[in-house]
Amino acid sequence: MKTFKRLLRNFAFTSGLLLTVVLILVALAAPLLSPFDPNVQDTSRRLEAPSRQHLLGLDDLGRDVLSRIIWGARVSLRVGFSVVVLAALIGITLGAISGYFGGLVDTAVMRFTDILLAFPGILLAIALVAVLGPKLNNVILALATIGWVSYARLVRGQVLKVREMEYVTAAKAIGARSPRVIVLHVLPNVMNPVIVMATLGLAGAILAEAALSFLGLGVQPPTPSWGAMLTAGRRYLGLANHLAIFPGAAIMLAVMGLNFLGDGLIDALDPKYRKQM
Amino acid sequence: MVQYILRRFLQMIPITFGIVTLVFSLIHLIPGDPALQIAGENARPQDVEQVRKALGLDQPLWTQYVHYLSRVVRGDLGRSFQTNESVTKQIAARYPATIQLAFGSMFIALLVAFPLGIVSAIYRNSWIDNLARFFALIGVSMPSFWFGPLLIIAFAINHHWFPVSGRDEGLRSLVLPSLTMGLALAAILTRMIRVSLAEELTQLYVTTAIAKGATRAKAIFRHALKNALIPVITILALQFGSLLTGAIITEQIFSWPGLGRLLIQSISTRDYPQVQASILVIALTYIMVNFASDLLYGVVDPRIKLE
Repeated sequence: MKTFKRLLRNFAFTSGLLLTVVLILVALAAPLLSPFDPNVQDTSRRLEAPSRQHLLGLDDLGRDVLSRIIWGARVSLRVGFSVVVLAALIGITLGAISGYFGGLVDTAVMRFTDILLAFPGILLAIALVAVLGPKLNNVILALATIGWVSYARLVRGQVLKVREMEYVTAAKAIGARSPRVIVLHVLPNVMNPVIVMATLGLAGAILAEAALSFLGLGVQPPTPSWGAMLTAGRRYLGLANHLAIFPGAAIMLAVMGLNFLGDGLIDALDPKYRKQM
Repeated sequence: MVQYILRRFLQMIPITFGIVTLVFSLIHLIPGDPALQIAGENARPQDVEQVRKALGLDQPLWTQYVHYLSRVVRGDLGRSFQTNESVTKQIAARYPATIQLAFGSMFIALLVAFPLGIVSAIYRNSWIDNLARFFALIGVSMPSFWFGPLLIIAFAINHHWFPVSGRDEGLRSLVLPSLTMGLALAAILTRMIRVSLAEELTQLYVTTAIAKGATRAKAIFRHALKNALIPVITILALQFGSLLTGAIITEQIFSWPGLGRLLIQSISTRDYPQVQASILVIALTYIMVNFASDLLYGVVDPRIKLE
């Protein structure tokens, strides 16, 4: 509680927390907040500039930009959370097994992560979506495939340290089996840096989803996605700048908020982590 | 030093091998029958068979893999479905544009980061330091696919200083794409230079230099900066690799005819040999650059060799 109070005095953390809470609320309350149906088209009013009725204007098919941004928050967060959960689950499991047991499993997992880390992340995601097909689930799968590696590395490193601790030896001495030792004694003590990584990973996943959608490889129309909205916006630069400006601002605010939050959490949960970064 | 290079080189072999294997397996990840998917749902059976044959998909997996490896070693990456030419021809034509863009971005990043980083290290916690910190934050959070369009609106549409897209106007064409990619890099570098130089400035040898009569400027630029640059050079080299992948998005924004745009175009036309080859070339360039940056690190910091 003391740490949290101190954190609240930190401007970056507070604004990060505020932005993130707003993002989540907007995504949850999209049906209530959205002034119009995000998919209803009015082609007679294509590219109309922001007005009192349509605060952020209309897009190339005459849809309300504000409503699409609000619903787009859902897509972003859905991808973000799914990627983080999936990547963290795979990464924590493999990292813990790898670090705890060592030996051949460890070597195999670590050499595989070497290869994945040597492959530029976004390129691998593009490659995977290109062959699997541009669908929301495939985007999540592709981003989780590149994402789990960092969790595995982090958890493995932490487990190597923790498994030598006396309380682990004690648990083993009274007859606890390996899965029990890992889940009950080792993992709770390596979770702080994982939480930090997950927060920053959420920002990364949202950014990556937007990038893939911008390249036409993400969520397919008519589902509103910030990245895809920017692609349309790019086509009408000079004619209807609001199409590019507002979705981009949404992406930046979301990513910045999560990054601030993650940065604040580093200080609160794991001061040592900053040195490792 | 030779031993160090050799060791790093040997480490690179299994990774390169892994990447080639990964790129090879891509085509087999296509759900369902890859040949049918590539030829299109409505393709005639003979066309599907032709695709299957062209890609060697009618062979056992193991044979396909060995063939693929031996072709890659010989530099034969297949033929494009679209142009029926060797895919390497297209890649060779597009490669210089991507490299030019990467260098342009690096130049802009250095131009911004050096003065800003040095000044904020010297005047820590001053307004200029805070400004640099704010800039770094914006630079890291601003996605290129937003910053690029904003630059186009400001400098190509509102003021006709630079072209909106393409690569036909020489250096003028290069400015906006380079700014788009360079800003994020400048943000990272500014922080690196600031942290690294600030730490060196607290070292005793700097105090000694000043005590022995060196001017403050000399102590900073002749002594501290030299050491401060070691980690910066490594980051710079490493980031060059990420510029190559960042180019995929930036090239799309500015219709820049580079490797990244070729990749995205071939994905949309389902030209899989071209997709595979472009991915392989970008990934291999990336690990080569990282390898080079490791070597560079060994050269600039003699202590590394002892490890």
